[in-house]
Amino acid sequence: MSAILDTLVIEQSALPAEANRARELTIVVAGNPNAGKTSLFNSLTGLRQKVANYPGVTVESKMGQWTLSPELPPARLIDLPGLYSLAATSLDEEIARDVLLGRGPKSRSADAIIVVVDATNLVRNLYLATQLIETKQPIVIALTMFDLAERGKLKIDVEKLSDALGVPVVPVVAKQRRGLGDLANRVLNLIETLPMRFPLPLGEGQGEGLRGGRPSTLSPLPTGEGDRADWKDHQTKLIKRYALIERIVSDAVESTDEGKPGISERIDRVVTHKILGPVVLIVVMLLVFQAIFSWASLPMSLIDNVFSALGDAVRAHLPAGIFTDLLTDGIIAGVGGVLAFLPQILLLFLFISILEDSGYMARAAFLMDRLMRAVGLHGKAFVPLLSSFACAVPGIMATRTIENPKDRIATIMIAPFMSCSARLPVYTLMIAAFFSGRKVLGVISLGAVIILAMYILGIAVAIVVAWILKHTILNAPPPPFVMELPPYRVPDFGNVGHALFSRCSIFLKRAGTVILAISILLWALMAFPRGGSAPSSPDGGKAVQIENSFAGRAGRLIEPAIKPLGFDWKIGIGLISSFAARETIISTLSIVYNVGESPENKSSSLVDALRNAKRTDGSPLWTPLVGLSLMIFFLLACQCMSTVAIVRRETNSWRWPIFMVSYMLVLAYVASFITYQGGHLLGFS
Amino acid sequence: MTLDTMPKDVTARVASVEMNGAHGLRLMEMGLVPGAPVRVVKAAPLGDPIQVCIRNYHLALRRVEAQAIEVTLGE
Repeated sequence: MSAILDTLVIEQSALPAEANRARELTIVVAGNPNAGKTSLFNSLTGLRQKVANYPGVTVESKMGQWTLSPELPPARLIDLPGLYSLAATSLDEEIARDVLLGRGPKSRSADAIIVVVDATNLVRNLYLATQLIETKQPIVIALTMFDLAERGKLKIDVEKLSDALGVPVVPVVAKQRRGLGDLANRVLNLIETLPMRFPLPLGEGQGEGLRGGRPSTLSPLPTGEGDRADWKDHQTKLIKRYALIERIVSDAVESTDEGKPGISERIDRVVTHKILGPVVLIVVMLLVFQAIFSWASLPMSLIDNVFSALGDAVRAHLPAGIFTDLLTDGIIAGVGGVLAFLPQILLLFLFISILEDSGYMARAAFLMDRLMRAVGLHGKAFVPLLSSFACAVPGIMATRTIENPKDRIATIMIAPFMSCSARLPVYTLMIAAFFSGRKVLGVISLGAVIILAMYILGIAVAIVVAWILKHTILNAPPPPFVMELPPYRVPDFGNVGHALFSRCSIFLKRAGTVILAISILLWALMAFPRGGSAPSSPDGGKAVQIENSFAGRAGRLIEPAIKPLGFDWKIGIGLISSFAARETIISTLSIVYNVGESPENKSSSLVDALRNAKRTDGSPLWTPLVGLSLMIFFLLACQCMSTVAIVRRETNSWRWPIFMVSYMLVLAYVASFITYQGGHLLGFS
Repeated sequence: MTLDTMPKDVTARVASVEMNGAHGLRLMEMGLVPGAPVRVVKAAPLGDPIQVCIRNYHLALRRVEAQAIEVTLGE
């Protein structure tokens, strides 16, 4: 049949090649996790993004523009999630498989597939490659890590490999841009000589086997759940496939290196050591948190000062009125309050990117699996949960690598308990206001201890909730744990930098759109209805105005419910607004407390405003206990529209997000209640 | 002998994978097919999972899965 196929190609190639030049080509990059796929993708598109060593961090298909040749419009390059086999076992792999087989609802099959094959791990990588070759789509193999293979004393005869597989094989070193031009030429060549897509039944290639005239007894492996009926049969095919690959590889590769443990294994002797391993893990986590809280404080106060100066300047130069109020109280104060937390978010993302890139994340999962299993979760859940410390949204998306659906849901349900970066503003504000300057044991700042306690409390609650969920509604037998431990690599700082940039721009976009919109809306809710008592003094008038506003009325409405937690109606306004996004409470409080109102006013910063706020009886409204109660409420309540939206998307139902919001709200209320009332009983204030 | 009882740093060959269904298939897809040399590198600090070296790369798997993998030592 391949002979017929070839003649058809030759006959048709003259004409449609012209047509090919005009339209936009779609090229897919596929391969095993950790094979260097994303790195190659970055080098080809120039649009650099995340590379990660942990299996499956590239959960989203990423797209970029690849200029194959100057005369052509750039091709659309799609970076798929990594997969080991077309017989998918996780959502991630299913997504990749469906695109590769042209099965998805929207995806038409690609014009060409670049299969990324790790030269240092040929046999296992070729397993997927040969499966794909059998689908008879236009394929070029990109042999990545070629420099590492050479250094590792592997002599790969690329020509021979290409002949045996029946597809072009191009050695590449993505970072040095070696072989990229060659790759483009091979892909173009392939598309131009195979102009029409043949309507072949994909995955059902009737025992045709590999191309290149090799008669093969292989038939494609099952690619869907329904095909998994006859395991013995599949195993036989699988063994034959590996035998074939081994033959090809032993023909084409000469290895002069045998046996001795590599650098990664020697690093692992420390990093996953029985005693040193957990110590390293704890030190790494401590370092990350310490850096976030100490290194970030200087740029934070800088941004804070710039924005309050800006607000004052605007107020001084514009005539007093509703527009100036909107600009200073609504926009500048709101956005400035959020931007001040950018340095912390940057630092946290920086550390997470480096840990992922270096290969440490998989080790962390290896170390943590036994503990995770104690609550019925998978070691792989560790990385999504750790990512949730930055933001639950990418963390929840990263759960796609977890094969078992019930495990995945359980992980999603507890992900928001990890103290994300949006809580940091709340924590740091409370600590700056009520716990700053105090030391524990003379050296450690009380603030750091409290924040660490918040993180630990979140983890503890998550463990209990996971255990309950796994023993009730999400009961299932323990899932298998099969995870690659990729070799350690020096993180590529270009890639890390790009990951940082894209993550921060997402945060800024959110600050610039959602939070800005909410700031304006909240300002309006507090500025209207206008009137009531005409302001006699500027400050007194403002307070009366807010009290009579829509927001003030809503805050008063819920005041009886939140009073046992130590909150008054002003904090109530903050709580209501924070259900959109946690960090908005900062801008809300800034507006409620009229921060940055007049330069001569002493309470120009929010911290001072909180310290000076009084209850009606004259006692201070904000006490350390109220601060603590608020922190615990923010730790446990699901106050984030983005999280709700992503859970809706990932679980494909409203049931789970609604369940999540409700049970977390109940937990938060109960915990805050216990904190405040219990604290009172114990004599704290 | 099964993979979970194998001593550290000894190379054996996979004899069979006694696990049906998707999980058994995945173990084999990761390279644990009969005849393949395999070496136990270490166990995690809490004794589980274990780290094995197969086909020149490292794989972590739990003892439950390792139990299903028959290996033969020597030659």
